[in-house]
Amino acid sequence: MSKIEKNEQSFLKRLVSNQLFIPVIALLLLSVINLINDPGFFRITLGTNNAGNPVLSGYLITILDYGSELGILAIGMTLVTAASGGQDISVGATIAIAGSAMLRILCGGVSRPTELAAPVIVAFLVACVVGMLCGAFNGMLVAVFKIQPMIATLILFTAGRSIAAWINNNELPIVPDPKFGYFGGFIPGIPIPTTVFIVIACIIVIALVLKFTNLGLYTQAVGINESSSRLNGINPTFIKFLSFVILGLCVAVAALIKVSRLSTINYSVIAKDIEMDAILAVALGGNSLSGGKFNMWASILGAYVIQFLTTTLYKFNVSSDALAAYKAVVVILLVVFSAPKVREYMSGLAKKATAKKGVA
Amino acid sequence: MRRKLLSVIMASAMTLSLVACGGGAAESTTTEAPAATEEAPAEEAAEEPAAEETAEEPAAEEAAEDTAASGDLIKVGIINNDPNESGYRTANDADLKATFTKENGYDASFAYSLKNDEQIAAAQTFIQDEVDYLLLSAADTAGWDSVLQDAQAAGIKVILFDRTIDADPSLYEASIVSDMAKEGETAVTWLAGQGLDEYNIIHLQGVMGSAAQQGRSGALDEKVAAEANWNIVNQQTAEWNAEKAQQIVQSVIDSGEKFNVIYAENDDMAKGAVAALDAAGISHGVGKDVIVMGFDCNKWALEELLAQNWNYDGQCNPFQSSYIDEIIKTLESGGSLSEKTIIMDEKGFDASTITQEDVDNYGI
Repeated sequence: MSKIEKNEQSFLKRLVSNQLFIPVIALLLLSVINLINDPGFFRITLGTNNAGNPVLSGYLITILDYGSELGILAIGMTLVTAASGGQDISVGATIAIAGSAMLRILCGGVSRPTELAAPVIVAFLVACVVGMLCGAFNGMLVAVFKIQPMIATLILFTAGRSIAAWINNNELPIVPDPKFGYFGGFIPGIPIPTTVFIVIACIIVIALVLKFTNLGLYTQAVGINESSSRLNGINPTFIKFLSFVILGLCVAVAALIKVSRLSTINYSVIAKDIEMDAILAVALGGNSLSGGKFNMWASILGAYVIQFLTTTLYKFNVSSDALAAYKAVVVILLVVFSAPKVREYMSGLAKKATAKKGVA
Repeated sequence: MRRKLLSVIMASAMTLSLVACGGGAAESTTTEAPAATEEAPAEEAAEEPAAEETAEEPAAEEAAEDTAASGDLIKVGIINNDPNESGYRTANDADLKATFTKENGYDASFAYSLKNDEQIAAAQTFIQDEVDYLLLSAADTAGWDSVLQDAQAAGIKVILFDRTIDADPSLYEASIVSDMAKEGETAVTWLAGQGLDEYNIIHLQGVMGSAAQQGRSGALDEKVAAEANWNIVNQQTAEWNAEKAQQIVQSVIDSGEKFNVIYAENDDMAKGAVAALDAAGISHGVGKDVIVMGFDCNKWALEELLAQNWNYDGQCNPFQSSYIDEIIKTLESGGSLSEKTIIMDEKGFDASTITQEDVDNYGI
């Protein structure tokens, strides 16, 4: 075999084995479908909103905007998945709890206040604490009591929305200050959705954490082999616990965006089924759902792919209650493609193709 | 050891969720009522007197006062859906709790569930407790025959509220319901009266198959089929969910299709739609580009009408308790009911005529 062919083969292999391969291919596929159907999909226009501020609009902006919560959740979910080898299915319910706590502080327990009872930052910090407490509760069950993550988080999944209702006495408070809407909308004078900046901030934070701490390495070590990581001086209980607490923090940020979008909360439906999308984002990012190695950027990209899919389906006027069925198709394809049997077969095919080329 | 621990935690999780959801089991009013009763009277003030101005009311109240301890109260078991389900349900529950109090001569027990089987189990508990009246808002229309027969055999009178069931009418005394189809017709008639040259409608539907969705969609679908200048731009279920509604309307805006009416089957979805309109700089409300219609008359929604941001809100009356109270009083005094099915009065509010009084009286 000549050197060039060898390079070619390794390039192909590297490409297929790269974790970003699946989400990027999915993104390209969706883009091509939309391009063929209607090139107008990619049009971005500058207009003004009803408050008189300049805003960008178009499908792509919509995807960036509405995909933000999912992108943020994907960060925490990736860590939880890698460390514990399981998923947190309570994130939707914890968003309801953290969001309710935020509104409780902002509105001071009154359903129709005329002014804010506390500054937004205080409310947000309280929401962060609440989110992290919920995460700590899940983390404790998983890390200390060694309960399967999906079972442990089932508790908050079932009870969470009722707790959220209880926080606000079954009322649906409305935040009176239009400035609160900036977090889920636009800051006057800046035509890019605020949510995009929030996501970028989260990504920068997690990138710095992964670069300058051992969190990423330790998480992977715990996920790959718990007992050998313990022998190497890592505390797996703490790492698992920490991953759930970080997810709790992500949940609080997502809750801020969700609540800000409409300046109110409907705890029975807010962030409904978002946990499934977050898990799907991790899977789409090519991460093993049974823990171990992870690629944060692939997960975040996966989140936007899901939002891309959702927006595309809305554009095609697919009934919104049928969306889940289409996502199920994606899940099936993912599972099939990531199955070891299929992978073996595929790499076998790739080898054959390059071998044939070599002969010719 | 591990397995044991797991099962213990699972069991506690189940109990926790039961307790948190209000559970299938009957709970007495005393444990939960305070929060609800505080807010209800103000909303009730307008409606209550008319219904209760019967000759026997003072007598009943007197009786209640001095028999509170002796057990002469009318015992009612109330089976409802979870008050957290929606603003409608919260108002409905608060209304019931405000009416069926010891002061009004009732000893009421409440059971909440969104699941039919849990509701049936609660009904059986109430039958064993020998309540005088069973008030029922069924989660599902089917499966109630046998338990209602048991109730009849035990001499318990059943009154349905809010939702009907598929059972022989002889099994219940009365049913007090909203006519969803009429709500839809009222709204569509109002819309037709706006005299637009062309109606390009975004139709946001509720959870498909629910009575409210069928009634409210039916009227609009008929009108669109009948009139040449009525078009549906987009018809989608947003499942009563503001976030989904926002995304659906956003998608229509992004596509550049023209529309001038948003027909949302509840207030939450209308709110989501308006958030999308605001972000895109599309004006809405009285005399603006897009007509916004909602249902359920939440207080905040009526305030949007008052501020001329929305155009129409259709009422779905959650205040059945005064009707039920009247029926029970009639039955107790030996009278009979003229009608089995009682359809409540429901209004539609127009932003150009709504007043602050309407908001206070009809907002839920």
